Amino acid sequence: MTSTQPRTAGPTEPVKPGTTARRLRSGHGDRGGSLAFRWLATGAGILILLILAAVAVFLVQRAWPALTADPSELSDAISWFPEDTSLLGFVGPLIFGTLLAAAVSLLLATPIAIGIALFTSHYAPRRLASALGYVVDLLAAIPSVVYGLWGGLVLSPIVQPVWEFLGTYLGWIPFFGGVVSPTGRVMMTVAVVLAVMILPIITAICREVFLQTPRLHEEAALALGATQWEVVRMAVLPFARSGIVSAAMLGLGRALGETMAVLMILSPGFLYSFQLLAAGQQQTIAANIAAQFPEANQTGVATLIATGLALFIITLAVNMAARAIVARRKDFSGAN
Amino acid sequence: MTTTPTSTTPTAAGTSLREALQATDRRRRRTDLTMRVLIIAAFVLAMIPLLSLTWTVVSKGIGRLDSYFLLHSMRGVFGGMDAGGIYHAIIGTLEITLFAALISVPIGLLAAIYLVEYGNGKALARLVTFLVDVMTGIPSIVAGLFAYALFALILGPGAKFGAIGSVALSVLMIPVVIRSSEEMLRLVPNELREASLALGVPRWLTIIKVVLRTSVAGLTTGVMLAIARVIGETAPLLLTVGVVDSINFNLFEGRMMTLPVYVYRQYAQGLVPCTDGDASCIPDINLQRAWAAALTLFLIVMVLNLIGRLVTRLFAPKIR
Repeated sequence: MTSTQPRTAGPTEPVKPGTTARRLRSGHGDRGGSLAFRWLATGAGILILLILAAVAVFLVQRAWPALTADPSELSDAISWFPEDTSLLGFVGPLIFGTLLAAAVSLLLATPIAIGIALFTSHYAPRRLASALGYVVDLLAAIPSVVYGLWGGLVLSPIVQPVWEFLGTYLGWIPFFGGVVSPTGRVMMTVAVVLAVMILPIITAICREVFLQTPRLHEEAALALGATQWEVVRMAVLPFARSGIVSAAMLGLGRALGETMAVLMILSPGFLYSFQLLAAGQQQTIAANIAAQFPEANQTGVATLIATGLALFIITLAVNMAARAIVARRKDFSGAN
Repeated sequence: MTTTPTSTTPTAAGTSLREALQATDRRRRRTDLTMRVLIIAAFVLAMIPLLSLTWTVVSKGIGRLDSYFLLHSMRGVFGGMDAGGIYHAIIGTLEITLFAALISVPIGLLAAIYLVEYGNGKALARLVTFLVDVMTGIPSIVAGLFAYALFALILGPGAKFGAIGSVALSVLMIPVVIRSSEEMLRLVPNELREASLALGVPRWLTIIKVVLRTSVAGLTTGVMLAIARVIGETAPLLLTVGVVDSINFNLFEGRMMTLPVYVYRQYAQGLVPCTDGDASCIPDINLQRAWAAALTLFLIVMVLNLIGRLVTRLFAPKIR
C-alpha cells in the first residue's frame, strides 16, 4: 500500500493544472470520478477486514459476562447449565461432540468424494463428466433444513436396523457400544447426513486438482503399461495429495458449523462419549445454540455466545490451515 | 508378481505383443477392475441420497402445496386444524433475502473490483483475498450470533426484526459474491481495458462501461447462486428474526417468519394429539406442512440455480 503512494502522488505535484498538464497526468494518477471510485472500491475491500474484526470483537464483547462470571452464578441464572462446573467444563463436551460429528462425517465423506472426483475427472465419458459434476453440485444447493427434515423423518428409520446390526455384532468396538437407540436419532445418523452435505465441496476441489495432473505424467505411466488405476495411483494421487488434504479440511470446516441437520436429528446429551449408536450422548455447539437461544435469558445468551466464540475459533483455525495448504501450491487456482 | 507364464512368443509385433503384455499380470488387471467398480459405486452411492431426498420432498410435499397453502398465514391456526399456510413465511424470506442481497451485492462487487482492478499484488489485496477465504468458512450460526450482538449493542438486547436477519445473511453472502465476481472480472480480457483507456476513457468509466458490461452475465449468475445459497439458511434467522404466525411486511419492526424456520418449527411441533372420532383433526398436519414448505423452498432454490446457470449459458459474451 505504501509503495503505491509516491507513484500516484508523484506526477501530479510538479505539473500545474491546465490542458497540457491534464494530458500528462492521464494514466496512473486518478482524478474526480476515478479517484472517488478507487476509494469506494478500496473501502469495500477494507470493509471486509472490518466485518471480520467486528465479528470477533462483538462476540467477545457479548460473551464477556459469561467469560468472567463465577461458575455458581452461571448455574444459578441458567436452568440448563450443569451444577459444579466451570464454563470450560460446560463447553468441553460440546466441543467434543462437535469434533466427533465432524470427524466421523469426514471419515465417511472423504473416500467417497475422492471416488466421485476420480469418476468425473478420469473414468466417466468426457461428454457426461460435466453434467455428472453438476448433479453432485446440486447436493450442495439443497437447504440444510431440508436435509434435517429428511434425516429425521426418512433416513433415521431406514438406518436404524443397520445400526442395530452393527451394535449386535460389532458392539465390542467402542464406537458401536452401548444400547442402540430404537429411533435412529443418533450421532451415526447425523454423521451420515453431514457426510452427504460436505460431499459436494470436497468433490469439487478434488476434481479440480485431479484435472490439473500434468498430462505428460499420465501418458508416461500409460506408456510404461500401467492400468488406469495404476495411472491414478502413481500419477494423479501423489500430485493431488495436498489438494485432497485441504479439500477435506474445508469439508471439516463446513461440518463443524452445521446446525440444522444436527438439531433436527440428534437426541442430545452432554457426555464425553464415543458411543455413536446410543441416544442422549453428545451434542454439538451449533445445535446447542440453536436449541437454547430462543428461550435463553441474558446470562444464558452470554454463555451461548461464549460457546459460539469457541466454534468460531475452531472453524477459523481449520479453514486457515486448509487455505495455507492450498496457498502453498502455486499452480492450484483454488476451487470453491 | 504372480508367476503367469510369459513364454508366448510374439510372432507379429502388433496384436500378439499386446496380448502377451496383457496376459502377464492377472492381479494388476483384477485390481484395476476392482477400483473401477469401487469408483463407479462411490458415484452411485452419492446419487442415492440425492434421489431419495428429491423423491420424498416432492412426493410428501405435493399433497398440501396448493394456492390455499401459498396464500394463507398461520394466524389463528391451532391443533390439528386442516388449515394454515406459508404466505407469511414467503413474504419474510423474500424481503429478508432481498435486503441481504441489497447489502451484499454492492459491497461484494466493489470489493471484487478492488481485488481485480486496483489490488494486484498489493499487501492489502492479498490480505483481503485471504480474509474472504476465511469468511467463507464462518459457520452460519456464528453469523447469526454476530448480527444479534451487533444490534444488541445498538438497540439493547432482545431486539428481533427482519433486518437483523438480513445482516446475518449478508455476512454469509458477501464472500460468495466476492469470489464469484472476482472470477468473472478476471475473465475480461485485458485488451478491452487497454483499448478503452487508450481512447481516453477514465478508469472508473472503463470499469463500469467495459469491464462490468462484458461480465454482466457471469456476475448475475454469481449473485443468483449466492442468493440460492443463503435463502435456505435457517439457524441465523432462528436467532435473529424469531418466529411469528401472522403476516409482517415491515423489515424493521417485529418478528418475521421465513420458509426455512417455518419448516423447522412445524417439524419441531411434531404430531398433534387428536381425540378419537374427531374427523377435522389431522395428527400429522404439522409434518405435512413442513414437507410442503420444504418442497416450496426446494423449488425456489432449484429454480434460482437453474436460472443462474442459464443466464451464463445464454448471455455470456463469446470471448474465445
